[in-house]
Amino acid sequence: MNIDSQTDEFRHVQTAHCENGVTTALLRYHGLDFMTEPLAFGMGSGLFYIQIPFLTVNNGPAISFRTMPGAIFKRTCKSLGVEVTRKRFSSPAAAEAFLDQKVKEGVPVGCQVGVFHLTYFPKEYRFHFNAHNLIVFGEQEGRYQISDPVMEDVTSLSREDLSRVRFAQGPLAPKGHIYFPEKIKPITDEMIRKGITAGIRRNVRDMLSIPGNFAGVNGIRHTSNHVRKWRDKLGLRRASLYLGQIVRMQEEIGTGGGGFRFLYGAFLEEAAAYLQDDRLANISEDFTKAGDMWRASAIKMAGVYKGRLTEQKDFEEIADMMLDIRLVEKEAFQKLSSLKLGK
Amino acid sequence: MKKEDLPQDPGALDQFTREVCYVKNGDGKYETALSKGWEVKKQALDSAWEEVNERVENARKAVANGEKSPVYYFMELRLMDLPVLSGYTGIFPFFIKRHFKPSVFKSLSERKLEKYARAFDITVSELRNFKG
Repeated sequence: MNIDSQTDEFRHVQTAHCENGVTTALLRYHGLDFMTEPLAFGMGSGLFYIQIPFLTVNNGPAISFRTMPGAIFKRTCKSLGVEVTRKRFSSPAAAEAFLDQKVKEGVPVGCQVGVFHLTYFPKEYRFHFNAHNLIVFGEQEGRYQISDPVMEDVTSLSREDLSRVRFAQGPLAPKGHIYFPEKIKPITDEMIRKGITAGIRRNVRDMLSIPGNFAGVNGIRHTSNHVRKWRDKLGLRRASLYLGQIVRMQEEIGTGGGGFRFLYGAFLEEAAAYLQDDRLANISEDFTKAGDMWRASAIKMAGVYKGRLTEQKDFEEIADMMLDIRLVEKEAFQKLSSLKLGK
Repeated sequence: MKKEDLPQDPGALDQFTREVCYVKNGDGKYETALSKGWEVKKQALDSAWEEVNERVENARKAVANGEKSPVYYFMELRLMDLPVLSGYTGIFPFFIKRHFKPSVFKSLSERKLEKYARAFDITVSELRNFKG
């Protein structure tokens, strides 16, 4: 890693997911050295499942394995009593001026960006996706110094390029969204434990009792029912593209593998240590199992979009695998719920 | 996933970065490991791009046959859909759909063409003179 290009205080952190990474790196910069990606993810109740009805993304189903963008940073900071400043702008000039002010003060800041015009990304990954996050931590020779948490090393962007991605358009348009921790009080172990239990309770609620049938563990069944119909309804070709979209949402860079389930397992392992509670470590194993099952289903789906599996029975098998995953996750969250943490 | 099972299949991330994954080490504890990629997801990405390329090719043919205007072709080429193009141009989707018609496209004002050209990262003359 090119250490020279980092400022004295700011340290680049590579993580699986961009928002976890920005949260972790900014909180560490402000002295919260204990912060890790799994902890940020778990305190922010990051695990989720949803298939948004009637919406297609890149001509495929709108499926997410994590909570909505921005929520992890917001919740994790809030549960640690960290005050946050966030701004959106109507004009790129105002957004740039504000950023320059922060850079001059030497304050690293998080920025929401679109990836389509993100010049350092490989072309194959540049779709119109507007909820990527990165950190601007300085300026050198007229270029902003960028810490992109999914990357091994720091990088840089020209003024024009950064402004462009901060004002990407379309769904979830960032509108120059900039955010950073403002006031940080001393954090006690008790606060961390409380943040962990609150994060787990909220995640239990989101996965088990969210209304509607298309989100939480029931959302997995919702998609499973769709998968059974896709081959007849959409034709084999479109149906296999839809499966490909699920695999990408589940396994692409940013997920830590297995649709964020391994990341949640890692969080519960850390939580078990903080709370001195081995039961959490045992439930962590359930999420490892769920993640492994998601990956097994991805291999099966790949058989379809590679053209090796073409029968309706293959779609039925995939749908059944998803039902099994739902059961494992449902039981795991019910176990978490029955621990009555923090009560 | 066990650490030794973490796939290392090179793909589109090759020149960019390796990605962080969460895996179980020999003691059964979680740790992070770097992966070059996984064949299963690489093929999902590849097939998404095959689909994109096919859409672009169909759009090109549609322009060449006089069925669609260049706005339609460049929208597909830039992986956009109506909401995204509407965001970049400030033109409502209803009107963009009209601008897909070659007859309507011909009479577009210079100002509107400029908006489209800027959204597509091309010049006005490239947009106007695209024949498919």
